[in-house]
Amino acid sequence: MDLSTYPHAIAMSAKEFVDWSTNVMDDIVKATGVKRALDKVSDPLMNWGVRNSMYPLHFGIACCALEMAACSGPRYDNERLGLVFRSSPRQCDVLLVNGWVTKKLRPSLRRLYEEMPEPKWVIAMGECAISGGPWYDSYNVVQGVDTFIPVDVYIPGCPPRPEALIDGFLRLHQKIKKSKIGTFMDD
Amino acid sequence: MEENVTYTVEQVKSKISEAFPAAVKFESKAKPRRLFMTADKGSLFNLCKFMKDQLGFDHCSLVSGVDRCDRMQVVYHISSFSNNITAEIVVDIPRDNPEIDAITPLWEGANWHERETYDMFGIIFKGHPKLERLLLPADYTFFPMRKDCDTGRH
Repeated sequence: MDLSTYPHAIAMSAKEFVDWSTNVMDDIVKATGVKRALDKVSDPLMNWGVRNSMYPLHFGIACCALEMAACSGPRYDNERLGLVFRSSPRQCDVLLVNGWVTKKLRPSLRRLYEEMPEPKWVIAMGECAISGGPWYDSYNVVQGVDTFIPVDVYIPGCPPRPEALIDGFLRLHQKIKKSKIGTFMDD
Repeated sequence: MEENVTYTVEQVKSKISEAFPAAVKFESKAKPRRLFMTADKGSLFNLCKFMKDQLGFDHCSLVSGVDRCDRMQVVYHISSFSNNITAEIVVDIPRDNPEIDAITPLWEGANWHERETYDMFGIIFKGHPKLERLLLPADYTFFPMRKDCDTGRH
């Protein structure tokens, strides 16, 4: 740690002091290897927690929403995977777009996405959400959700069966597993 | 109209042809409790007012449009709960000037039907309280249900 790069503590404003002390703590934690030890505990723990409590937004647009409903029914029972459908975007991690998005709906859907807190993921379910599907040349259907929202997982099908929906969520599991969601003090 | 007076299809037919001898023509196809007629553009509003006030037609089930390429058509389904009759009125309007009187002042239920018909066909309903786009975004400049609208281009 090079103390000469920091100004003297007495001459600092409150904000400068907070920045300085944070930097010192960061440097100490990284230099001593405590960060690596912390990450080894926190990363799997937080990752496990996030993976097993992915709350999708309960936003059914089209016929794929029936498959979503079947998926949450007793036969497939997605609550055993921690998928609880919530009605407010403030409480959600996953935006499940299941159907065609008309041009009139697009600003509202974008706003729902913006209202969700980080970390958040988007799943495009079915042909219509992926590429417009049967409405590939329509005057009123957006040609794919990924034209205005970043999409993480695509689930093809028209509509995809509930098994495919669960498979899509398990693929999102793999994606979260590989992300460094539980590490702290990144450079 | 007096209470508890009901008319058969034939009675309705004769009453309308008495009141509008030239403007309204009845079609030959017949179905039970159905009435098919074509009307003039100018006399449509008076016809509807007559049917509502004198004959007890109290419900507008449908307003829709048809693009026949050489002309436009507006189709009305007007039904009567007391007579148990549904009347279909077809009105021809010119394609280059698609204007017709709104029947929303008579039946409020026609409000969104006429807005949707304007939205899809561009038919202007004169006297409508709020003739704006209903289903499509407000900034669209074309009418997608017209035959000459190339929907894939948009």
